[in-house]
Amino acid sequence: MIKINNKKDERKDVLRLENLTIKFGGLTAVDSFNGYLKEGELIGLIGPNGAGKTTIFNMITGIYAPTYGTVTFNGIDITGMKPYVITHLGIARTFQNIRLFSDMTVLENVLVAEHSWLQNYKARKILHKHEPEKFPRPHWKPWFWSAVLKTPDYLKMERHMKDYAYELLKAVDLDKFAHLKASALPYGPQRKLEIARALATRPYLLLLDEPAAGMNPQETQELAEFVQDVRKKFSVTILLIEHDMKFVMKICERIYVLDYGKIIAHGVPEEIQNNKRVIEAYLGDESYV
Amino acid sequence: MGTKRISFKTNFILTTVFVIGVGFLLLAASHSVGDYWVRIITLMAIYSIMAISYTLVNGVTGIFSLGHAGFIAVGAYTAALLTLPIQQKTMSFFIAPLIWPLNSIQMGFFPATIIAGLVAAFAAFLVGYPSLRVTGDYFAIATLAFAEIIRIVIQNSYSITNGSLGLKGIPPYTNIWWAWGWLLVTIIVIGSLKFSSYGRALRAMSEDTVAAGAMGINVFKHQLMSFVVSGFFAGIGGALYAHWLTTIDPRPTSLGIMLTFFVLIMIVIGGLGSISGAVLGAIFFAFAAQWLRIVESPMNFFGITIPGIPGMSMLIFATVFILIMLFWRRGIMGKDELSWQYIYDHFAKKAGDQD
Ligand SMILES: Nc1ncnc2c1ncn2[C@@H]1O[C@H](COP(=O)(O)OP(=O)(O)OP(=O)(O)O)[C@@H](O)[C@H]1O
Ligand SMILES: [Mg+2]
Repeated sequence: MIKINNKKDERKDVLRLENLTIKFGGLTAVDSFNGYLKEGELIGLIGPNGAGKTTIFNMITGIYAPTYGTVTFNGIDITGMKPYVITHLGIARTFQNIRLFSDMTVLENVLVAEHSWLQNYKARKILHKHEPEKFPRPHWKPWFWSAVLKTPDYLKMERHMKDYAYELLKAVDLDKFAHLKASALPYGPQRKLEIARALATRPYLLLLDEPAAGMNPQETQELAEFVQDVRKKFSVTILLIEHDMKFVMKICERIYVLDYGKIIAHGVPEEIQNNKRVIEAYLGDESYV
Repeated sequence: MGTKRISFKTNFILTTVFVIGVGFLLLAASHSVGDYWVRIITLMAIYSIMAISYTLVNGVTGIFSLGHAGFIAVGAYTAALLTLPIQQKTMSFFIAPLIWPLNSIQMGFFPATIIAGLVAAFAAFLVGYPSLRVTGDYFAIATLAFAEIIRIVIQNSYSITNGSLGLKGIPPYTNIWWAWGWLLVTIIVIGSLKFSSYGRALRAMSEDTVAAGAMGINVFKHQLMSFVVSGFFAGIGGALYAHWLTTIDPRPTSLGIMLTFFVLIMIVIGGLGSISGAVLGAIFFAFAAQWLRIVESPMNFFGITIPGIPGMSMLIFATVFILIMLFWRRGIMGKDELSWQYIYDHFAKKAGDQD
């Protein structure tokens, strides 16, 4: 593996976080985080419990507005934008504590994520401003009425959505459970469904919050392969939070280590493994050593 | 478990047959059960329209509004003011004359109903836009307050609504066909909405607004849309109700919070979020309200005469409501619909159990 410092990376930045800081009352949960993701990378974000990892995800996806700092996605400053706009622009995520729509079927969960993709008016406006030649001026479609009246146009779209949803479900091996309620799935498949659902928004950047949590070693092994597959198949850039060191070391190209909201290390897996500060940070927590 | 899925075509045929069947039943009923029960059957459809539009917001979208009666009132007044004969208007408005152009308009029932729906939808937009900025209990309180504002405005605008005197002599246009016809339209539109991509977005939001937002759904916009559609059909329900009652006034017990509470009972009995449940709840409520009149009239019980207790039926409804909320949250249908698939699955499961 190439050491990152030695070679200039020509790929474009998908994500750039500058001085990202958030305070909750007196607590600085994330303190001046600086980081970047190049196109197509698979990057890990690790750190002990309460380090601020999920909070970083929440700031990237617009759930929290940072106190200072900026989030730049594909060259667009998305700091403080609404979550749905950020999703339209191409960032999708999963949640640490699975947040599927448990009363809806497996198929519907995926279809919900495709809904926005068909009418991302606001995002197209932002993209148009940014790259007018690549993203033509958005036009508003009276999609609501065609959905209620079930016009041929709408039915065609619905068919497209279903086809793509099945394609995604096949990719995560859940197509045979399409009509089961999401809550009826076991834990592992629920995590996979959440990834499929995130992919249905057609992201450039996928944020996975502890995808291996609660999985047994064999499932974790499979997941590692699955995540790499997803990156290739859907050409997404991936940032993932994970506590399972073996998992992270195996698949991530670079790793950011966070402790008490601050970056304590950044580098390729071998560097991180032998980093004194990282070992110290994790020492208190024997389960990781 | 081999769950067969019923095809669209089969569904369509069965549903059409069912609708025609109901049509014939209504036709038979309208000739045989007598005026009193025809009125009750008509009321069932009106209640159903109110309940379906309410369950779209409170059940499908999962935001707890308490302002439904406000939109029903807007619809009722709008339609009534449009259909009232001009002489009747000049006669009723003796405190302050009705303003132009309402004093010189008299139109048919159908356009008046549509306009009532549109005006109520606009009212829903005006109420929803600020109220939906807050969530949960605050939203419930905000909508309750807005509904009360609507009622008080009606009560005090003598030159538009005749204030606390109310409107009398509204032509009794609402018959069994108007009511059930509009119910069919309501079921088709809201059912189609619920089972479209938009409906999926609404159901997703009802479970988890954060996750829905992260999936790219503009939660505010969709909630507002649902609120406005609900307002439209509440207005239609109000228009039908006004021409069924023929007299309307702005007391809290007629088109105020009491009505919201009644409709809430209907949708809770039927199962929050279920359209068929809302209809079943409304029909049940219309029946129950008739039966409960007995408890408010004097009774002779083994020779002992018990005097009628006014308000007793309300007490019973409130108790039933609390009991349902405590022990039977699901209601009749839960979030499910009484679809052919549902019936099929139900019987398939029964048959499967016996094997
Ligand atoms: N909304 C909030 N209000 C107040 N404090 C918060 C909020 N969200 C997060 N925090 C605090 O910020 C810190 C970082 O939390 P975060 O969830 O980001 O940790 P994490 O690195 O994801 O930990 P874990 O590995 O346990 O998931 C914690 O101390 C947490 O209590
Ligand atoms: Mg976390």
